[in-house]
Amino acid sequence: MFLQEKRGEPHVHVGAVHAPDPEMAFILAKEQFVRRGRCVSLWVVPAEAIYASRAEDAEELFSSALEKEYREPRGFRVAERVRRWMERHGESLPDA
Amino acid sequence: MFTYRIHGQTVPVPEQAPPPQEGPEYADRLAEFEARIARGEKIEPTDWMPEEYRRQLIRMISQHAHSEIVGMLPEGQWIPHAPTLRRKLILIAKVQDEGGHGQLLYRAAETLGVTREEMIEAFLAGKAKYSVVFNYPALTWADVAAIGLLIDGAAVVNQLMLAQGSYGPYARAMKRICYEESFHIKQGYDAFVALATGTPAQRQMIQEAVNRWWYPALMLFGPPDRDSVHTPTLLRWRIKTKTNDELRQEFVDQYAPMVLRLGLTIPDPNLRYDPEAGHWRFSEPDWEEFWRVIKGNGPCNAERMAARRRAHEEGRWVREALAAKAARGTNGGGNGRYAMASV
Repeated sequence: MFLQEKRGEPHVHVGAVHAPDPEMAFILAKEQFVRRGRCVSLWVVPAEAIYASRAEDAEELFSSALEKEYREPRGFRVAERVRRWMERHGESLPDA
Repeated sequence: MFTYRIHGQTVPVPEQAPPPQEGPEYADRLAEFEARIARGEKIEPTDWMPEEYRRQLIRMISQHAHSEIVGMLPEGQWIPHAPTLRRKLILIAKVQDEGGHGQLLYRAAETLGVTREEMIEAFLAGKAKYSVVFNYPALTWADVAAIGLLIDGAAVVNQLMLAQGSYGPYARAMKRICYEESFHIKQGYDAFVALATGTPAQRQMIQEAVNRWWYPALMLFGPPDRDSVHTPTLLRWRIKTKTNDELRQEFVDQYAPMVLRLGLTIPDPNLRYDPEAGHWRFSEPDWEEFWRVIKGNGPCNAERMAARRRAHEEGRWVREALAAKAARGTNGGGNGRYAMASV
């Protein structure tokens, strides 16, 4: 079950139900997950349609992304460099 | 009556040409649709929407997607020639991001009922546009830096506005894209500053690149409001929330100082800060050149299209092999890499 709380927000996985077909799954999902709180859209997807990574593979599959700081905006110290350069050259903005 | 703000003034949106759909039921639905937008709510794919809204979104999102894909070309050529290993890693990451942005955008457009194949075919047949700026060459490494700062900077000004737009899937894609683009600007600024604070020869290189990319960056926002046929409709339905000229002004206010404070110049004799208005005054780009390049006669149009067509042909066997494998029902699952989700 993927529930969208508000227009413009993504659908978020909220849980699963046991049902023989999508229509029944939808009814059960509504009764179980939309009993209170907001919902503007509900998706029902058969669990077997979802391929998932294994927990034991997570390290190998995903951890290298964390080492690549050069892909992050915070991986650059450019403001400091500009400030130092401006101090050295007495550069200021014309008319601003 | 709808209004929008331009340079701090509230301006009425001109009346629309009558839409193709008609009748009392249409009028009710349109009123409901427009009231939703006026309340600041997003439109989602399962909502009723006027055909013109759908058409404009498909036009804009697919052009945006094509631009991301073509945008990989000028910088991609510099990957083998990056000056250091670190710069090479960064540039590869950036170009890969652009490819990913294209995929996100094609997917957002598909929610409107057009297929990816249709969009790509229209593009390869030369029937769909892409951003004019990618028809200019990246002559030196300094061009890569100038593109990173000025072109990506302009793109983010535009995309932050689009992230506020009324169509849910497009706005969601924009949020993710803007996050990655903030890395693109940062790396561009870093490379830009490295040259601008370097040797006299490096400073000259970056100055020449600024001279080449300043006006293309201004062109990225599209034609001036007085010539932009789509703008009133796009504003009315919050597909866009600012006009091309407003965005161009925002860009100059933000980026001109970044270039000037490094002691570089901008190739515009009219560029000056207007303290009363709190804005930079600047010259418009050469619009005749803009239309010439849009229509296919820029320095690199033929080269870009040829590269895209070649890539499409060379990738054909991959698409066919994947489709054949999927048709046999042997896709995934069996190799032990992926498990069924236990939800």
